[in-house]
Amino acid sequence: MISPAGERNQAYGLIAPATLALAGVAAYPVLASGWLSLHRLILVFREQRFVGLTNYATLLGDARFWSALAHTSSFAGIAVSIELAVGLAFALLLDGVGRGKSILRAAVLVPWAMPTVISAKIWAYLLNPESGAFGRLLPGVDWLGTPVDAMAAAILLDVWKTTPFVALLLLAGLQSIPAPVYEAARVDGASAWMTFWRVKIPLVRTSILIALLFRTLDAFRVFDSIYVLTQGGPANATETLSIYTFKTMMRSGDFGYGSTLAVATFLCIALISIIYLGVFRAGFGERA
Amino acid sequence: MKPAAIRLAAIAVVVFCLGPFAWQVLASLQSETGRWSLQNYVAAFQGRPFGQVILNSLLVATSTAACCIAIGASAAFAIAKLEFRGRKLLLGAMLACSMFPPVATLSPLFFLVRRLGLNDHLAGLILPYMTFALPLTVWVLTSFFREIPDELYGAARVDGCSPFRAFRLVFLPLAAPGIATTAILVFIFAWNELLYALTFISSPEKRTILVAISLFATGQKEPWHEIFAASTIVSVPLIAITVLFQRRIVSGLTAGAVKG
Repeated sequence: MISPAGERNQAYGLIAPATLALAGVAAYPVLASGWLSLHRLILVFREQRFVGLTNYATLLGDARFWSALAHTSSFAGIAVSIELAVGLAFALLLDGVGRGKSILRAAVLVPWAMPTVISAKIWAYLLNPESGAFGRLLPGVDWLGTPVDAMAAAILLDVWKTTPFVALLLLAGLQSIPAPVYEAARVDGASAWMTFWRVKIPLVRTSILIALLFRTLDAFRVFDSIYVLTQGGPANATETLSIYTFKTMMRSGDFGYGSTLAVATFLCIALISIIYLGVFRAGFGERA
Repeated sequence: MKPAAIRLAAIAVVVFCLGPFAWQVLASLQSETGRWSLQNYVAAFQGRPFGQVILNSLLVATSTAACCIAIGASAAFAIAKLEFRGRKLLLGAMLACSMFPPVATLSPLFFLVRRLGLNDHLAGLILPYMTFALPLTVWVLTSFFREIPDELYGAARVDGCSPFRAFRLVFLPLAAPGIATTAILVFIFAWNELLYALTFISSPEKRTILVAISLFATGQKEPWHEIFAASTIVSVPLIAITVLFQRRIVSGLTAGAVKG
């Protein structure tokens, strides 16, 4: 038998490949983005020189950055709120339905399994004013051609695509509530409404927070759906941080300023995570 | 709620979820003038390397899943069953990495892939894909390894197995269902990825299927019905996998999330 120290060494051996790989493909690139953001780096001019914080000064005065941040925030805020409300309704339904539960669950998984690119293509067509069903239902609304409607379309797509994920997370939380809890509520004469607010919601609070965290972070880095739906148009009205960053790097070839935008996006995500972690801590502290 | 109301709500949910997909399948079977035919499916393969790009996606998604499990399984086992310093930190780091916005890693990975001579090469996609797939693998597998009783590890150790042998001979076979679940999840995530595939591949015949579909336009007018035929070919197998393995996928997706 090997000693505890030997066991610990083997543990480090077992985690080494994954740790090294992650350092190479995730930690290094994020740090390198920070380094590149301090450079003027334009590929076609073969130009690379250190410029300090110049890019960050540009960022603060860049109206297009601020509006991309505003679009991203409103997209994430509105989409995630709707997804939570609809997802909760789906979860309650899945929890309450008797026969046909597996059919219902399979149906709910379909939007999740559909590649975002393909669902975006379908919605782009459905919302097309000339050919699409919605275009014909509401003539005169050019969904993807006007700023507000294009954003609404992007949100609609995100809600369709990701509500199932929220519903399944919340359903898992609902199903972990032991039956005696409901029994007790029934014996105490609680109405369905009271059972919902006083029993179910508090007991799935953790699941709700986790769903909110995952969905907010995911919505904040949205790329695929908007890239296919509008490419950020019309007139940059749906341009999110990820789209703006991508365009700066891959269309304009400006990797220095692009990296600055990437770092800004990363910091936003980090800030959101820290806020959620604080809420988690507060939530658990209160319960203990 | 009354049973009738529940049934009605359930039907509404099914229509909401399946509607756009069903509509896509119907549209793919119709010509522009509304006649039923398989012409769109034939046309999707004509004049573009459509069969090739499907193969590309299969290759990249399968290789990503294989690489991630080869690298991640032992780490997940160690996190779930062994005592070592930095265990919580490592799991936390995995979770943090899975939340990185992909654009934050884009430019350094672009230069890294170029330096390795892998730009415009399918193998060059596996490395970037690991940024999101490896944390997912470790996270999901850790929760599967945790479900295997600790006593088994103790028994293996008493029998003289080193931690490494216990992993290889006892835990790896027992975790086979978890590994299959993880492989399916990574496959789906890698198959559906767009940003990296768009950035690192430039030749049309090396694209993944979703990049090809997102750029599927010939001239001014988008060939919608052909796009839907192509999309149906790509999404039907994915949906079949999901429905077939729905229990596993749901347990994998919600793993860890419920237990906190």
